[in-house]
Amino acid sequence: MSRIQSLFQKKHKRVLNVYCTAGYPELNSTLPVMESLEANGADLIELGMPYSDPLADGPVIQHSSAIALENGMTISRLFEQLDGFRDRITVPVILMGYMNPVLQYGFERFCADAASVGVDGLILPDLPEYEFESEYGAIIRKYGLDFIFLVTPETAENRVKKLDGLSTGFLYAVSSSSTTGSNKQMTSVKDYLQRLESYQLTNPVLVGFGIKDRESFDAACAHANGAIIGTAYIKALEGTSDVGSVTKAFLSTII
Amino acid sequence: MNMQTYQQPDVHGYYGRFGGAYIPEMLHPNVEELQSRYLEIMQEPSFQLEFRDLLRDYVGRPTPLYFAKRLSAAHGTNIYLKREDLCHTGAHKINNTIGQILLAQKLGKNRIIAETGAGQHGVATATVCALKGVECIVYMGEKDIERQAPNVARMRMLGAKVVPATSGSKTLKDATNEAIRDWINNPSDTHYIIGSVVGPHPYPDMVARFQSVISEETRWQLKEKTGSELPTHVIACVGGGSNAAGAFYHFLDELTVQLVAVEAAGHGVNSGLSAATTALGKPGVLHGSKSLVMQTEDGQVVEPHSISAGLDYPGIGPLHANLFDSGRGHFLAVTDEDALRAAFDVARTEGIIPALETAHAFSALSQLSLKPTDQVVICLSGRGDKDLATYMKQMEMTGI
Repeated sequence: MSRIQSLFQKKHKRVLNVYCTAGYPELNSTLPVMESLEANGADLIELGMPYSDPLADGPVIQHSSAIALENGMTISRLFEQLDGFRDRITVPVILMGYMNPVLQYGFERFCADAASVGVDGLILPDLPEYEFESEYGAIIRKYGLDFIFLVTPETAENRVKKLDGLSTGFLYAVSSSSTTGSNKQMTSVKDYLQRLESYQLTNPVLVGFGIKDRESFDAACAHANGAIIGTAYIKALEGTSDVGSVTKAFLSTII
Repeated sequence: MNMQTYQQPDVHGYYGRFGGAYIPEMLHPNVEELQSRYLEIMQEPSFQLEFRDLLRDYVGRPTPLYFAKRLSAAHGTNIYLKREDLCHTGAHKINNTIGQILLAQKLGKNRIIAETGAGQHGVATATVCALKGVECIVYMGEKDIERQAPNVARMRMLGAKVVPATSGSKTLKDATNEAIRDWINNPSDTHYIIGSVVGPHPYPDMVARFQSVISEETRWQLKEKTGSELPTHVIACVGGGSNAAGAFYHFLDELTVQLVAVEAAGHGVNSGLSAATTALGKPGVLHGSKSLVMQTEDGQVVEPHSISAGLDYPGIGPLHANLFDSGRGHFLAVTDEDALRAAFDVARTEGIIPALETAHAFSALSQLSLKPTDQVVICLSGRGDKDLATYMKQMEMTGI
């Protein structure tokens, strides 16, 4: 059983996944940020690999990616930083990023290195299911990594079920049709999440996009297994040299 | 390779190993709707009738195929210019925007977004939106807004909202990112009119089909003039590659026709300031399709350079990547300096001021060994009014 699956066996409700950008705010912040997330209550960590053209991200995460790249972050450097991190961090870790840098690194080499340092799963939002099924899914499974697909309020029932069937670990329910960090109201999120509940999916569901405080976290958790916070945390980290206190203060406003 | 594969992608949008639809799930409903409906809509008689009427009466098609006598003499061959610069709005871009606005209306979309580099596609989109009374938002790199001021003014006069893209290199690549993000945020009422043969399937095929009118006309026009439908060479500049796709389209399967695609070398292919994607790019994913992409070792997309905003793009359409990969296309690169020289040369030899993008295609003439019996078609993709500031600066600097 994967580390992500064990987490959901132990905890079904209010699972908190926090996104951070590798190499942000400083090149060597990656591990301190992850450690303080675990210490202050995050159940899961989604580690973003910075990319020059992050299509699904709003301005805040774009900016953090640009800073991380200026800091010199690369996939190779990230794997160096993660070497041995399992001695210090026990929560599941997912790498999130875009296809181009991963293809350039070499898709299979990437999966092999991710698995060998102790990463548990991948989110690649611009890897569509056709390419996943025809080529990349088998490589991801060969290295025992979970792969998480996204669904949105616009995703039709049969497609939600298909993507749920292809996903392992959990299913990522995007709360509204938007890029990350948008201010769209989550008014209809309840109907959408209840609809997902009624499908009796095989994977747990975490809600992301627009989760920024206790109120939105509670709203998401009411009809899902938990939620993902990204933009609000990246904003909190901006310019800080004290990752520990910022993370502690931030997470105390959520859980 | 089967001849048809040069012209049309497979059912998943692949030309050889390039293409596909690498999009986040948020775009899936829109892209899937386009994939499942674009061919059916484009083949409807009512669509064809309105498309053809507008191309004739509004755009001014067919555009002439002009035998450039003095230029031919200077190069010791026979050169025909396909005069896309005479299209309404001054470039070939409107062939595609007319098609896509009609398609958007069939899909019930009442808000249009577009990206633009040199501003030609932005102007062509603003124009068709005004024609149809539809809201229009054009994303344009902040740097391009500065260097293409006349086109920005034209778009605003036509009623479009021009939104600066301030991320990354602040050019076409970033304007495209912003347009895609807008589409993610406005999935139900918005159609994205992509201006080149790039983007997720079905865009490369759809845009190529709308632009294919260029080569469709060239064939019969050349036959009228020379008795043969087939030239020996077709030359076109390539950024994303829409005018080249249109100029090549009906010759792609005619293997005797040499297809010459001219990229922007900037300061020189190996200068670090270039936009010659086939020379410098590696397979990758950009703006929703797998193609050749200029990128670092680490897979970050690099900021290209060309004096011409329309060629200043670190990728190339998957159709062209396949022409390069298969050897069907002949790819050349022309520097900023040589393109400028060619622009003045054409202006003074033929009385035509070409766009800077098109000037790259003209400069390629001197890189080819052309024979007196050759019949060469150059796609004169746009006129040079928008580039006058650059041309004036060049005259001041060089005294020519």
